[in-house]
Amino acid sequence: MSTRVESTSAVVNRADFPLLAANPDLHYLDSAATSQKPRAVLDAMMYYYTHDNANPHRGAYALSARATERYHQAREDIARFIGVADASRLIFTRGTTESLNLVAGAWGRANVGAGDEIVVTGLEHHANFVPWQQLATEKRAALRICGLTADGRIDLDHLASLVGPRTKVVAFAHVSNALGTINPVAELSAIARRVSAVVVCDGAQAAPHLPLDVDALDIDFYAFSGHKMLGPMGCGVLVGRRELLEAMPPYQTGGDMIEYVGDERTTWNVLPHKFEAGTPNVGDAVGLAAACGYLGRLGMANVREHEQAITALATERLCAIPGVRVYGPTPAQRSGVVSFTVGDIHPHDLATILDEAGVCIRAGHHCAQPLMRRLEVPATARASFYIYNTEADVDALVAGVEHARDVFG
Amino acid sequence: MSSPSEALYQELILEHNRKPRNFREMPNADRTIEGRNPLCGDSLTLWVKIDNESITDVSFKGQGCAISKASASLMTAAVKGKSRAEAEDLFERFHQLVTGTLPESEQQSLGPLRALGGVSRFPLRVKCASLAWHALHSALESNETEVSTEREGPEPPPLEGA
Repeated sequence: MSTRVESTSAVVNRADFPLLAANPDLHYLDSAATSQKPRAVLDAMMYYYTHDNANPHRGAYALSARATERYHQAREDIARFIGVADASRLIFTRGTTESLNLVAGAWGRANVGAGDEIVVTGLEHHANFVPWQQLATEKRAALRICGLTADGRIDLDHLASLVGPRTKVVAFAHVSNALGTINPVAELSAIARRVSAVVVCDGAQAAPHLPLDVDALDIDFYAFSGHKMLGPMGCGVLVGRRELLEAMPPYQTGGDMIEYVGDERTTWNVLPHKFEAGTPNVGDAVGLAAACGYLGRLGMANVREHEQAITALATERLCAIPGVRVYGPTPAQRSGVVSFTVGDIHPHDLATILDEAGVCIRAGHHCAQPLMRRLEVPATARASFYIYNTEADVDALVAGVEHARDVFG
Repeated sequence: MSSPSEALYQELILEHNRKPRNFREMPNADRTIEGRNPLCGDSLTLWVKIDNESITDVSFKGQGCAISKASASLMTAAVKGKSRAEAEDLFERFHQLVTGTLPESEQQSLGPLRALGGVSRFPLRVKCASLAWHALHSALESNETEVSTEREGPEPPPLEGA
């Protein structure tokens, strides 16, 4: 029997999550794709729409002022939760993908030119790869891709050799979505800073899982999504360095982001509004703030401890099955992700068989095709754990993998 | 009563997955086409030799799940020696089979392809089962060299339920 430690029981009550409560036999192991939502988040959004809803920043009436206040407060709460003292440099977006496109599209277009170099890593989600590739093509800049170690970590020596005087930006994931690798942000940014490159960090898989102090990171842009950290889909965040945000052009133009619109020229609103064109997504921002509140009450150190314990257990139990190969570094160097293959059973076939047992996993390239090429596998199965997962979920996963081995002989 | 996954992974499917038929390159093919399912990363190359409106040889290579591989294998065995029109007709009935719209009475006519009937209970897997057929359709009907399950190609048979 494998190790059983206290923290492999959930850190939250499953009853807090209406979808999980309604589906007691469901083993949801795809939180790296999107998390389930606690009632506190759903209630906060319902309350906003039933009590405070109006278009903020506009109406000359009390209700609109209340909506404005709720939006402002959500920004403040989220900023405090992730360790950002100056909330006006926290910009709401639709999610990580839009945050990163904003950086590549607005900062990148204005600051990267022909012959410049953009450095990304082979570990990136397409959202932190394709926008840079597109920018490089458009500007005739060079895209350099940092290699990986055999266990799926960024090769720091290779990164140091790639970063040079023409390097304008170094972009990397805080945590890999496909393998769960936790990257050493301080070491990576130190390499970029040798040449004063701008540092862009994709925090989509970090913000939900790790204690975060963004002000303490030596980075220029930090992006994440709300829906992977108990919040609603459609609301994410970009935190930027104030000087860069002020100097760069807007990403989209229109209502709310202007100061004065002349017939020929327009001046921009102050931060953060300069980067939030159109009616803001107040309801989802309120939901994300409630999610941060929920996680804050649990304590992110406890979240991390639980995930590490359950990921270690899952890794140990899976590795005991003949033919199973787990990708990436040791569980201590990973978030709650276990990326694996089972002999020559294709991950999609595995996912179909697990689905029948109520076990939801992701199978495929995980929006990280450059990484899959480097691992030399077409696809992997990925089980990802969060605060509501328990040892019972690991048991179901292991039983499902064993059943798949029986089916495929 | 078998479970849906038992109906999906029948012995014949597993056997064709393990030992796919006509799994080879064909240097003298008349048509070569790449088929891709970008959602899951499956890809295959299909080679077809056509003589006087008849498919005289067909082969494939590639990577993918058991369903896509077994389906490609069963397809090559089923269409060899068939005319273009017969192959297209087979595709149409096969597609009805995997989307659950082929009447029971007509299923007999599909021969070993019937083994893929279990796919109809897994709508997400219809594309896996159809990939090789879409590639064949393009090989027979167009000058395309690539076909994707996510792109509008030359008019495929109706995809209701896919």
